[in-house]
Amino acid sequence: MTWIFENWERFWEVTAVHLRLSVVPVLIGFVLAIPIGWWASRSQTARAILFPFANVLFTIPSIALIVITPVLIGVKILDEINVIVPLVVYTVALMVRAVADALAAVPGNVVAAANAMGFRPLRRFLTVDFPLALPVTIAGLRVATVSNISMVSVGALVGLGGYGQLFTEGYQTDNTDKVLAGLIGTVVLALLADGLLLLVGRLLTPWARVGR
Amino acid sequence: MPGYAERVKVFGIYIQGGPIGVVVTTGGIRRVIEFRAVTKRFEDGTIAVDELDLTVEAGTITVFVGPSGCGKTTSLRMVNRMIDPTSGTILVDGKDVLTVDPPTLRRGIGYVIQQAGLFPHRTVLDNIATVPLLSGWDKRKARTRAAELLEIVGLDANFGKRYPAQLSGGQQQRVGVARALAADPPVLLMDEPFSAVDPVVREDLQNELLRLQAEFDKTIVFVTHDIDEALKLGERVAVFQTGGHLAQYAKPAELLSAPANDFVASFVGRDRGYRTLTFLHADVPVHPVTTAKLGERVTITDWTLVVDEENRPKGWLSGVDGEVEVAEKDLISGGSLYDGTTLRGALDAALSSPSALGVVVDGAGAVTGVVHAGDVIQALAKARAAGEVPK
Repeated sequence: MTWIFENWERFWEVTAVHLRLSVVPVLIGFVLAIPIGWWASRSQTARAILFPFANVLFTIPSIALIVITPVLIGVKILDEINVIVPLVVYTVALMVRAVADALAAVPGNVVAAANAMGFRPLRRFLTVDFPLALPVTIAGLRVATVSNISMVSVGALVGLGGYGQLFTEGYQTDNTDKVLAGLIGTVVLALLADGLLLLVGRLLTPWARVGR
Repeated sequence: MPGYAERVKVFGIYIQGGPIGVVVTTGGIRRVIEFRAVTKRFEDGTIAVDELDLTVEAGTITVFVGPSGCGKTTSLRMVNRMIDPTSGTILVDGKDVLTVDPPTLRRGIGYVIQQAGLFPHRTVLDNIATVPLLSGWDKRKARTRAAELLEIVGLDANFGKRYPAQLSGGQQQRVGVARALAADPPVLLMDEPFSAVDPVVREDLQNELLRLQAEFDKTIVFVTHDIDEALKLGERVAVFQTGGHLAQYAKPAELLSAPANDFVASFVGRDRGYRTLTFLHADVPVHPVTTAKLGERVTITDWTLVVDEENRPKGWLSGVDGEVEVAEKDLISGGSLYDGTTLRGALDAALSSPSALGVVVDGAGAVTGVVHAGDVIQALAKARAAGEVPK
């Protein structure tokens, strides 16, 4: 534990990098997953193509994806993009299914009522379908966020990994305390992010917890 | 729940544009809905509606009834373009619905769906305000209007802030009706609105609809698979037959007395002779009855009706000869009460009474006498002879 206190500044620095490398892909991936998930919720064909494809993407080992990304998109190896892009891919793969399932679970008679009241499609999506899909969507977002926070460390293999840097450095210098610091940071960050999303979800969906 | 009189008062305030003055009324516009040779064929080839010709009269409740798959709901949904016909024309107030953009058309037509279909994430008040807000009313005006409607459909103001999940099925459906009425549309489409609630609540909602209609005078199309509901609510009833054929379109009494074909006859049911009585209001002779109050000492010789201080029926006394003290435990509970409206009520009162005497009550619930089943049958025969029973 002493490493954290002796290297406070360095610890915050890797924490900031770790946070950025995990949160930015979640946000980008989430935004991309909404239209794709919407498409999958509307079309059987889209589901049949997208879901297996998403599963395949998710089974690519993160280490392989991170190493191969610079080759595919042609940026220099130390750019953060090389970690962000693979994590966006994982987030989209996870969230497409969550968004599609959440939208498909919106009760049919509520959708029919909205149409019959005279909602136009975009307004209906923004004010009826999407708000009603939020509880399931946010549950998916929590999984994606925690999984990203854990995966960022793999980026250390290409020199970018937030807490992952502490793992590789600690391993090379035989400094167990440094490895432990990275581990604690990862776990605390994951718990905080998860708790924050839980809270935001509750504030956004007060209707989901009322009973008779 | 406020009584009917209070609700009428509320309504009175707003049609005069009185102190609140926020409500746009339709100013007596009466809409007619016309189906002209309307056919709907689905992609798989099934014909849901087959050459439907039908005119829904303005200011009436018209019921579409039939078994599942008969095209009644499809026909309803073609009026507000939830479904478009394969061929034929639907006119609302003389205007072809296909020439109007669906969202615009729908905002002018109230819609009540099965199980209410309320938005679970919006409060009751916001649910009711949906169409006014879509139509661009400002928020305060829409909320004020929603609060009025809550009262009109008989719900307490404190329901406004609740979410739909906090309401019973019957309350949700009242909110559904309020939501459909919010923008004061001249036409109301109701798609099996009361099918998911229990029979007692259903009857409440049906009576409420009849009361509201007496005030609002909308053109209502009501879809149901329940023939009793159709006969009770409909001024005109359209019976649909499997395959999307309109089997008969007539007044309820005529459906019962002169079904157009075997399908209609079997659909209106084996007890249609009994149901016919619903539409007859002939006089039945009311006979005097021996009454007694609790705690009195009386000599029992025949069936005696025990009443409370206000002369309201409590039960029957029988089976003992001689003098007894009238005690609650000896009472045999009675059947239905006849309030002097229809022959069906009179006959049911007589048939369901342990004494075979149907108890007749006045508006305050006080006993005025009894009717005999035999007299009802005679009244029916007389009505037939006088041509009051439609042929």
